[in-house]
Amino acid sequence: MNLFNHTPILILAVPLLTAFLIPIIGKINKKTTGILATLALGLSLIMTIVLAAKVLSVGPQVYVFGEKSSLLTLPSGLKFPIRIMFQIDAMGIFMGLITALVSFLGAVYSLAFLDNKDKIDSYYSLLLLLTVSMFGMEFTGDLFNFFVFLEIASMASVSLICYRGADLGEPVEAGFKYMVVSSISALMVLFAVGIFYGEYDVLNIAAIASVVKYSQLDKIALGILVSVLAMKAGAVPMHMWTPDAYSEAPAPITMILVAASQASLYAIFRIVFSMYNITLNTLAVGWIIIILGLLSMFIGVTMAIIQKDIKRLMAYHAISQTGYMLLGVGVGLAVLANPEALKDYGITAMEGGIFHIMNHAMYKGLLFLTAGALFFRTGTRDLNKMGGLAHYMKYTTIFFIIGAAAIAGLPPFNGFASKLLIYESVYKFNPLLSIIAMVVSILTLASFVKVFHSAFLGPKLPQFKEVKEVPRSMVFAMAVLSCIIIFFGLFPDLIVKNLVHPAVMSLIEQLQYTGTVLGGM
Amino acid sequence: MLGLLETGSGFWSAIIWILLVLVIGGMVIYLRNKGEDSYKKNTEQDKPFISGNPEESKESSHLSASHIYWGFTEALKGYYDPLVKMHTGHINDYSGWIIVLTVIILIVIGVSG
Repeated sequence: MNLFNHTPILILAVPLLTAFLIPIIGKINKKTTGILATLALGLSLIMTIVLAAKVLSVGPQVYVFGEKSSLLTLPSGLKFPIRIMFQIDAMGIFMGLITALVSFLGAVYSLAFLDNKDKIDSYYSLLLLLTVSMFGMEFTGDLFNFFVFLEIASMASVSLICYRGADLGEPVEAGFKYMVVSSISALMVLFAVGIFYGEYDVLNIAAIASVVKYSQLDKIALGILVSVLAMKAGAVPMHMWTPDAYSEAPAPITMILVAASQASLYAIFRIVFSMYNITLNTLAVGWIIIILGLLSMFIGVTMAIIQKDIKRLMAYHAISQTGYMLLGVGVGLAVLANPEALKDYGITAMEGGIFHIMNHAMYKGLLFLTAGALFFRTGTRDLNKMGGLAHYMKYTTIFFIIGAAAIAGLPPFNGFASKLLIYESVYKFNPLLSIIAMVVSILTLASFVKVFHSAFLGPKLPQFKEVKEVPRSMVFAMAVLSCIIIFFGLFPDLIVKNLVHPAVMSLIEQLQYTGTVLGGM
Repeated sequence: MLGLLETGSGFWSAIIWILLVLVIGGMVIYLRNKGEDSYKKNTEQDKPFISGNPEESKESSHLSASHIYWGFTEALKGYYDPLVKMHTGHINDYSGWIIVLTVIILIVIGVSG
């Protein structure tokens, strides 16, 4: 048996089995659970890189469950797939790489961040389950299977948001709120899946894509899916759970939650591009996504400016940055049915939006980790109570500057490269959109100048005289993210050419997606 | 060329940008090092000008987060008041917004054909 053929399932199986093993190991030695989880996620990361190399060199990969051959998408005599399968194309593996990296670094950071905490075994089990569910959402080619992974992600997230304990109140409140909105979204997703199944008798995304008619029922399903998945991605005006959840979850979990939100964003793109494509009114749906993007960008950043809690401030920025992704991809969708515009600027706008997903995961992850480092040493998230911390936490300060410069779109960091792609392409579609995007970037910079001044600058404060730099594992996780941010900023062409462009084309070319499962049908 | 990103309207190269920053930065440092003839170190010139008021201790002069951009938020009170009110923290409102937006999206998709 060639294990390499089973890489798609092993990427999930290793952390999943470890998640169930950890509570048993935890009974013997709690300290080893963190190392075990980190090793499992490290292995998962390596396998994801191997799979990425295969997908990008050979083409999309399928993995059919329960068949004699994992490549047999259509059993003999059948014209449609009946089994659950993973269908991993360039877009799926692009998201998978983000998930693998962010989860691994989250686990590394947690080693010191949560050292000696109660229920540490539950924490790592849930972290692994969350990672598995994100991989599942990104790899699956089956709509019902997507719903299942979405539910697992929600359940694991709720527990992790509440991890700091019931006695604190706020984490439980944030977890409860996330549970309610997640339940609503899950039910609505299930309703949409039911519509497809009732109408076409199939649940496979490629199979639905090959028969979808854009009937009234299809429109209802589309509207529901776009709405609730946008909510899960934190789009305004359905963003309000985000500051609650992101601020109360432990910092490494917040970083992973950002990637989980992006998995929902990915699902929107997968549905509108791979499932509906030009059958839908691309201009109308494109504008819906663009408007959601504009609202998220502007309201997110203006709400961030007035925050005093560092993690709530960063959470509002996460909402704002999601707006850039929606804007870039929304413009690509709006001109999908217009080959000239698509070639002229639509593809570039999408490249900007998709590239921004990865960049955002890196710099927002880094910023949340720096916020976690400040909380770890000072015990507060209140910016009013901070000051002069650059005197004591030099590495954290440098990492914060890198993250803040990247999110504000300052050259030569990665955020600039993706934002530039968005500005210069979206401008051709509608100049006002680009101008708003640039104003939002300026406001983002202003907001992070405030954080930098409040937390890091100023004289040494007597209450922080005992503060010192965070432990090595936390520094390591932040350093890796910083290096990635700098590398992506210096050589954005390498990433766009080898990762982002194939991902964008895999979304645009619907026939490639359906053909992988249905062959020449 | 490595590091050259085509944007469709032009290109971006962080390497060229860094080289330019180094050149311009070098020129700025050169000009700064030429100095100002009238400057005298360790005199009144080194102290901050605060309209003749006595200088506060460094610890009490740190501007906290709430005070930064006070003018900005005050000037935009008309924008911020309803926006902040909208963020009630009530789960009923969170759910309500999902329903409202879903309905709007369904109407737009339904009407647009």
